[in-house]
Amino acid sequence: MNKISKGLGSVQKLGPVLGLVLITIILAIMSPNFLTVDNILNVLRQVSINAIIAFGMTFVILTGGIDLSVGSILALGSALTAGMLASGMDPILAVLIGLLAGAIMGLINGVIITKGKVAPFIATLATMTIFRGLTLVYTDGRPITGLSDSISFQMIGKGYFFGIPFPVVTMLIAYFILFFILRKTTFGRGVYAIGGNEEASLLSGLKVDRLKMGVYSITGLLSALAGITLTSRLNSAQPTAGVSYELDAIAAVVLGGTSLSGGRGWIFGTLIGALIIGVLNNGLNLLNVSSFYQQVVKGGVILLAVLLDRKKAA
Amino acid sequence: MKNTPIVEMKNIHKSFFHVEVLKGVDFSLYPGEIHALMGENGAGKSTLMKILTGIHKSDEGEIDYKGEKVTYTSPKDAEKDGIAVIHQELNIIPYLSVAENMFLGKELKHGPFGLLKNKEMNKKSQEYLNRLGITIDSIKPAGELSVGQQQMIEIARAIAADTEVLIMDEPTAALTDREIDTLFKVMNQLRKDGVAIIYISHRMEEIFKICDRITVLRDGQSIGTKETLTTDFEEIVKMMVGRELGERFPKRTSTIGENRFVVDNLSHEGIFENITFNVRKGEILGVAGLMGAGRTEIMETIFGARKKSGGRISLDGKELTIRKPHHAIKAGIGFITEDRKDEGLILGLSVRENLVIPNLKTFSKTGIVKEKKEKQWTEEMILKLRIKTSGPEQEVKSLSGGNQQKVVFGKWLGIEPKLLILDEPTRGVDVGAKKEIYSIMNELTERGFSIIMVSSELPEILGMSDRVMVIHEGKVTAIIDREDANQEKIMEAATGGVRT
Repeated sequence: MNKISKGLGSVQKLGPVLGLVLITIILAIMSPNFLTVDNILNVLRQVSINAIIAFGMTFVILTGGIDLSVGSILALGSALTAGMLASGMDPILAVLIGLLAGAIMGLINGVIITKGKVAPFIATLATMTIFRGLTLVYTDGRPITGLSDSISFQMIGKGYFFGIPFPVVTMLIAYFILFFILRKTTFGRGVYAIGGNEEASLLSGLKVDRLKMGVYSITGLLSALAGITLTSRLNSAQPTAGVSYELDAIAAVVLGGTSLSGGRGWIFGTLIGALIIGVLNNGLNLLNVSSFYQQVVKGGVILLAVLLDRKKAA
Repeated sequence: MKNTPIVEMKNIHKSFFHVEVLKGVDFSLYPGEIHALMGENGAGKSTLMKILTGIHKSDEGEIDYKGEKVTYTSPKDAEKDGIAVIHQELNIIPYLSVAENMFLGKELKHGPFGLLKNKEMNKKSQEYLNRLGITIDSIKPAGELSVGQQQMIEIARAIAADTEVLIMDEPTAALTDREIDTLFKVMNQLRKDGVAIIYISHRMEEIFKICDRITVLRDGQSIGTKETLTTDFEEIVKMMVGRELGERFPKRTSTIGENRFVVDNLSHEGIFENITFNVRKGEILGVAGLMGAGRTEIMETIFGARKKSGGRISLDGKELTIRKPHHAIKAGIGFITEDRKDEGLILGLSVRENLVIPNLKTFSKTGIVKEKKEKQWTEEMILKLRIKTSGPEQEVKSLSGGNQQKVVFGKWLGIEPKLLILDEPTRGVDVGAKKEIYSIMNELTERGFSIIMVSSELPEILGMSDRVMVIHEGKVTAIIDREDANQEKIMEAATGGVRT
């Protein structure tokens, strides 16, 4: 019986990959411009921002939580970094401080959730609004432009590395590090354990609060990383950047097969989930589908994926 | 007892994923009898009941109900026909009133818009409760009642629906002794009214007290049906395990060493106060008391899962500061909780992942898990504790209760604790596995571990403890040596009768 259930498990895991392949084939047939090297690199670059955030979201969702504040952290991290750059700070230092700021914002979420015992949905709903508000205060509601012309900063968003767009490289590096953390470290084991059964984890001696704070900090850091990448790409910080990015990130996690109730899931699925969303966006654009219809299609695909997953589980 | 069975199941076969779970089971039930269904975990009891109530469909065989062949496709079908189940996990909605719970899904309504007839429902539910001889106010929120009372609501709900066959799955697992008495009174009343009851339990004493007949299943086959009056404990156990089990408790030769663990005046306002006791090296201290006496709370406080309001704890002469479970674990204390599914295991993770959790430090270096070492150790544990599993990677969800409990034991053996606290270590575990768990306890104390065992089963307390501490309403009312301990003394102290 176990062998069979294991077998079913791997079929279930293949689901998102099959979905991605299927969508790719359909789009390749319908649009000759789709399967070109240029376009694929383009898709990957578009996907990278969402994927980086969604990796963090995977950690949060695996613990049974949710983080709605990622878009606001992205914006505030981006604005702070841009502000420092505009005032002439060393770009590497500015980027590091920006990342640290993101991690601290995530840590604040973690502290509210663990020490304040506030449900993650509520806690991050509140900080989403607070961080967005602070971004508007800091930028006075206007974009920050005139950033550094330092090549190293420009590289982050616009550069290439052996022909691969730099954001894609960032995404892949983040993926491998996070994959390793989740699969090979005691921290990663703790993430799965807490999501599977928080009470049992606590009684088994896991430092549940500290683990959760770590998870939200990682997500904050990744959101800021996405923000900095975006800033470099646009050569400016927008106060309204990242609005509703949390939804795309959650969608990528769910499409990848991670359970919203925690304890079950994988980061590879999230990468595939983000790719599905990116490929759909790109393909529908190439096919000249109106952006209004694109939303309908995207929502439909998410629904379909979840329904199929249900069927298999039953 | 009438001469025609109300339920007759003939030659029932059922396979899951090509594994035959039921291999031609026969079972018959007469009106007005209480019929125990016994067998080790995995013997097929639940599957048989699920087939009767339409949750599963049998591959072969026939069910006759009141002389007619039936096939139910859902529990609702069966319920309409008068076959109801009282599950181990109660289906009570805490914020609704007793009456609302009783009429849930079959509310009495006025006219086409379905306005509720609240008054009538309140009155009717009160009538049913009175008929069962229970004094519960039907407009009270169900969540304010004790577990035993909630169970009574479920029974009343079944009776209100003209139930003729009542299936009870481990109904006494969470009840106090007094509540069990009430339950048995109600069951006797139902028997007189001609209701047939199928009673599933691991508790021998209760089965011999209340049941008329016992049917034993083993490995998906019916081994036989006995009249309770003409059989005995040994015969039933032998039928269940298929061999002589010998003594119920393994022989315990204890070599007790020096004082190891001291609890001094531990208190938690309103729950327990001035708890003082000690445990010596190699000793098993049994902790008896009624449900709700505060035993679990005391253990949780020692382990750091609850805050104390006063008192001191020391191990090997060193005072401990325990604020969180991981402090206790670091000091060498392990805790096997009473609720293994909610507090003991992470059901979705594998045997390996569960086993190593309290011990991740040993199996990692600078935060990176050494999977090979984990696997090796897990395989050793599986052999050592005789855990029946397909391998280290099997999800613990799919193990039987006894084997899950062994995983919980293994988890704590990994940290080599000096003191192991066991809260109801054999609850929901079948006889065979129980004895294995007792043997593990003996092995541990021989190696110098100290054990505190909280248990509501007196035979277990008497069979395994070197000393017995009795708790009554949050206070220690007696500490009795093994030689002097007996059922009467413990019960007296547990009900607050005497102080020794």
